[in-house]
Amino acid sequence: MTGPALADGEGQAVAASSDAQPPAAAGGETTTAAAASGETITQPTLSVDSLDVSYRVRGRDRLALRNVSFQVGRTESYGLVGESGSGKSTVALALTRYLPRNGRVSGGSISINGADPMRMSGAALRDLRARTVSMVYQEPGKALNPSIRVGRQVAEVYEVAGRPRAEALERSAEMLRRVQIADPRRVMERYPHQLSGGMAQRVVIAMAIAAEPSLLILDEPTTALDATVEAEVLDLIAGLRAELNTSVLFISHNLAVIAKMCDRVGVLYAGELVEEGPASEIFSQPRHPYTVGLLRCIPRRGQRKDHGRLDSIPGFLPQPGHAMSGCVFVPRCPIAAEACRKAPPPAFPTGQDRTSRCYRHEETAELPRNTPADVELHTAPDLAGEPVITIANLSKTFVSGGESVQALRAVDLQVRRGETLGLVGESGSGKTTLARVLLGLTPPDANASVVLDGRPLEPTAAQRGREQLQAMQIVFQNPDSALNRRHTVRRLISRPLAKLAGLSGAALAERLTDLVRSVRLEERHLILRPRQLSGGLKQRVAIARAFGGGPAIVVCDEPTSALDVSVQAAILNLLADLQAKEQVTYLFISHDLGLVRYLSDRIAVLYLGRVMEVGPAERVFSGPHHPYTEALLSAVPSLDGAPGTRIRLSGEIPSAASPPSGCVFHTRCPRRLSSGICETTEPPLAEAEPGHLISCHIPIDQLTNLQDIGPVS
Amino acid sequence: MALYLLRRLGLAVITLWILSVIIFFAGQVLPGDPGRAILGPFASQSAVSALDHQLGVDRPLLTQYWSWISGAVHGDLGISYQYRAPVAPMLFSALDNSAKLALFALILIIPLGIGGGVLAALDAGGPVDRLVSLTGLSLATVPEFVSGIVVIVIFADALKVLPSQAYAGSGAPFGTQLRYLILPVIPLVFEFFGYIARMARAGTIEALESDYARTATLKGLRRGTVIFRHVLRNSLLPTITVIATQIGYLIGGLVVVEYLFNYPGVGRLIFNAATEKDFPMLEAGVLTIGVIYMVATLLADVLNTQLNPRLRTGITG
Amino acid sequence: MTDILVAPVTDATARELPSWRLVARRPGFIIGALILLFWIVCALFGSSFAPHSAYAQQLLATNQPPSSAHWFGTDQLGRDVFSRVLVGSRSILLVAPLATLLGTVLGTALGLALGYLGGAFDAIVGRLVEAVLAVPAVIVAFLFIVAVGPSAQTEILVIGFIFTPLIARTVRSAVQVESQLDYLAGARLLGEGRIRIMVTEILPNVLPTVLVEFTVRLGYAIFTVATLAFLGFGVDPATPGWGSDINANYGVIGAGYWWETLFPALAIASLVIAINLVADSIERVVAG
Repeated sequence: MTGPALADGEGQAVAASSDAQPPAAAGGETTTAAAASGETITQPTLSVDSLDVSYRVRGRDRLALRNVSFQVGRTESYGLVGESGSGKSTVALALTRYLPRNGRVSGGSISINGADPMRMSGAALRDLRARTVSMVYQEPGKALNPSIRVGRQVAEVYEVAGRPRAEALERSAEMLRRVQIADPRRVMERYPHQLSGGMAQRVVIAMAIAAEPSLLILDEPTTALDATVEAEVLDLIAGLRAELNTSVLFISHNLAVIAKMCDRVGVLYAGELVEEGPASEIFSQPRHPYTVGLLRCIPRRGQRKDHGRLDSIPGFLPQPGHAMSGCVFVPRCPIAAEACRKAPPPAFPTGQDRTSRCYRHEETAELPRNTPADVELHTAPDLAGEPVITIANLSKTFVSGGESVQALRAVDLQVRRGETLGLVGESGSGKTTLARVLLGLTPPDANASVVLDGRPLEPTAAQRGREQLQAMQIVFQNPDSALNRRHTVRRLISRPLAKLAGLSGAALAERLTDLVRSVRLEERHLILRPRQLSGGLKQRVAIARAFGGGPAIVVCDEPTSALDVSVQAAILNLLADLQAKEQVTYLFISHDLGLVRYLSDRIAVLYLGRVMEVGPAERVFSGPHHPYTEALLSAVPSLDGAPGTRIRLSGEIPSAASPPSGCVFHTRCPRRLSSGICETTEPPLAEAEPGHLISCHIPIDQLTNLQDIGPVS
Repeated sequence: MALYLLRRLGLAVITLWILSVIIFFAGQVLPGDPGRAILGPFASQSAVSALDHQLGVDRPLLTQYWSWISGAVHGDLGISYQYRAPVAPMLFSALDNSAKLALFALILIIPLGIGGGVLAALDAGGPVDRLVSLTGLSLATVPEFVSGIVVIVIFADALKVLPSQAYAGSGAPFGTQLRYLILPVIPLVFEFFGYIARMARAGTIEALESDYARTATLKGLRRGTVIFRHVLRNSLLPTITVIATQIGYLIGGLVVVEYLFNYPGVGRLIFNAATEKDFPMLEAGVLTIGVIYMVATLLADVLNTQLNPRLRTGITG
Repeated sequence: MTDILVAPVTDATARELPSWRLVARRPGFIIGALILLFWIVCALFGSSFAPHSAYAQQLLATNQPPSSAHWFGTDQLGRDVFSRVLVGSRSILLVAPLATLLGTVLGTALGLALGYLGGAFDAIVGRLVEAVLAVPAVIVAFLFIVAVGPSAQTEILVIGFIFTPLIARTVRSAVQVESQLDYLAGARLLGEGRIRIMVTEILPNVLPTVLVEFTVRLGYAIFTVATLAFLGFGVDPATPGWGSDINANYGVIGAGYWWETLFPALAIASLVIAINLVADSIERVVAG
């Protein structure tokens, strides 16, 4: 790979032209001369030293990054983990010198292959961006120019490096093949909006590695993708990294992904790097109270809502730029001491190549919990009795511009009183459509039957009487969208009390106080408006609204997806507690299998609008299960380590407008039967064992055998 | 795509038809008896009634509407009350004159507006931006007759370099015609340059702040390349539609400018027809303006569909 | 989940009612507001501090150029142009705001209905609205005034009705953006009626848009009233009014009597610029 040598040549040129170059450049020269001679390369690809970045907001400077130092060695993969306000994206922007107009590096230095992008001239910076550093961002569709064909955009990378157009196009096709795009020429003729998310991200990755960069920066590259697609893209990145010997800086809020992809990890909190070290060590033996708390917020295998409960971190994520005199974590730390408040802690070494910015890092192994681990929850789902909802033959077809898309097809489901039914699926699975149809926000196709508490449910909300409306409510995914931002919290929570529960006057006031307390809000929040609240608080208001009318069923549509990890746990525990207290049934929709497993009693797996499998949570997770479930489970990265070998699913999720024939999963199923029945006939949803239904042509005992032996290659 | 165009055409026709109905029946509301208006207050009632009958205004309304609209579709727009001559030739020659003025204005407005807007966006928040935005805003809000008068006072009366009447006379050479049109074009340009500049500015800023502009910059491309190859083609798309909708306002501005500069265009024609209660001329004129507006927006739609890849290829995947 | 501290990208759902303190700090707003205030005071009390009467004709001193006695000169009937300009703001400042208010109220109601109810209602009424918008406002306005006769009420009604579809179109777009948010689904799930949803849920959120529309249209209203007066469709030719004064004295420009038309023209320009400075400041703050 010609990368490093070329870049160093550039670095030397810069050192000559800008006299402000520190002596490090001289050091760079000697070590890379050593590299040329074949000795061990000691200079790291990326070196960040005491970096401060501040933004000017409303006339005041606010620090977004404070005293951040880390290094990424040659061919090393370094993960930066953080939640909102941690500053992780700012790091990426600073490295490529693409800070917004009001941002600037106010201290410290950066060195990429020995050169500081902040001190470069325009031409040198362009060269750095073209050949040395590449970035991949979160939303691939938006990263591509909608008016230029994909092929041209990839070819541009080669043209910047000086190659003629024809050759650039040739190489682009090769590169697209390398990122596992099957028909590169056809894809190159397309426009970005014609590509799926996974395909678009592959194109962006192709553009990034086409330049054979020394440093590849990935900022949440798979957050917007489905689980199975994400797994493919992550595998691709890992493979490319091995082939090209590139250094990788991987930025994400998802600890499991970082654990899977990175050698070393740095944990960012409120703009400071609080802990750093080898990934395996950091995740198994964290030595900073924040890292410990964060890890406890994520459900691991075996944790359930009543057993081994998720812990939460009290308090709020600090506002960016909030000036702190001592350790930045003090307001939320269970072991904060006087010393911690006085001065920010230095980076204490906690092992080989590990540091932690905590005065009391030795005591973090037994960090006290914020919430008790085991809780008595008095709900026992009534398995014997009548189901509270019975859905039969529910289909939903959307017609748009002449095309009809069947979002749901012949869904049969039952929900038992007091249980949590988890609905799992990727995009196009129809899980959100199912929720909306049940709630009456959109009517199902004819011949569907939904029975609620023994009585048929009217298809639309407008047709339902108060009793039926009262019985079923929803907690939406995005609290910014779900709450009317012009109303006060008091009004938002009181309205359902008045409209559905029919309360007024003193009775209403009493119930309001009760409700506010049970979602752990305070009186002082009542006069505020949503934009004055944090994400977690807003979601609590939304939950209070949902419970206000005293519903029997609450649909939770990705209730924590829009929230930070440390806030998610508190909301999930709140939902579990409320379920016990108010005796409600939950329909819990999520793409996050870990959360679903934690909260649900039973699980239904959806794919392209059909129910693939439904049964008790543990049975569905441990097996035997539907091949799709099997693949989905193996695709999701987990902090518990890889669960056996990965099942790779080929191809993309088919479009719901033209679903495959027979079993809709057959196009990607690694266990497709050779008899061909999977292509022609849709399998019935049949009982594989008591209470556990699977829609697959493979008989259950054969499935058990196959899945015990191992996956098909 | 052809289907989409056909639908748009159909909608436009329907809208035009509704417009024609509104115009016709609105005209009926206007008080005044055509026969009386033509013959004057001293003619005898029988003469007036005879003329009315000849003009066909005593027929049932629907019949009158039908004969009017079917005539219009065939190019026969009736007989003017004022001039006792067919409306169509006069209207078309007036249209011809107005078209020259409007085209001249557009040729100046579009490059100035787009250029100004893009430059302002590239310097967002800086002095160039402020200059363009403020100038555009100030000039746009000043009524045409105000800027027209100022311009006449300065150039025609004080400096005496340009004529204050816009019409060069029929058969005048092209160069002379152009010279006469310089002053009237100025208020029109002032009026519309600001709005176009604003749209172009907003579109360019949005494109500059987009993710794909970031990708292009981080590829190592020069700023100029990023702007010309990546940003502009996306930022100017919405501006094109906007230009089409401004045509309507431009025609409105023509009324004032033509009046001010005594130019025999459509605007002045309609104005005179209104004050003289010449209904056939009036209705034909307003209908024509409606047609022009519809055609302009339809063209803009077609252009938009052609230039926007998302609309051209349909959304798949 | 971003942690980037940049001024937020303008986005209709992010619009909030402006913080008046932020608006009042802007230099554009201050200048505009001062000019506006000046003309309002003139409209109310102008006759008290004008140097001469705006009506008094001095037939021996017609068409006098500007001098120390008559700062803006005299017109064809010997009236003091300066005094007429001072008092002339009255008719415009009476008609324009009322017309704009009428248009805003009706336009907002229509826009709410079109945007939220959609469906057949939107399709049909939308066609009507498009048809009406095909003809420029000024033309529609003078057609009506020719038909019905000039008066303040007519002008207010006509301009108000012309603005209604324009404002409705903008409000409709804003409402459609709001309709995609979940809180409206939440309201339907409570069993709230459609009218209640439009008024208590959606309207408060589109108010910033309505406010901006009002201030922008006010500028256009003044523009239209002045233009109509200039074309001879003014409210009352005898009362001093900038547009009608220009209309009356325009003919003698050729004779070199420029001051009679220039000063009223500049007065109009100043008022319109003032309104637009204010409108622009409000819009910049609302859009973030």
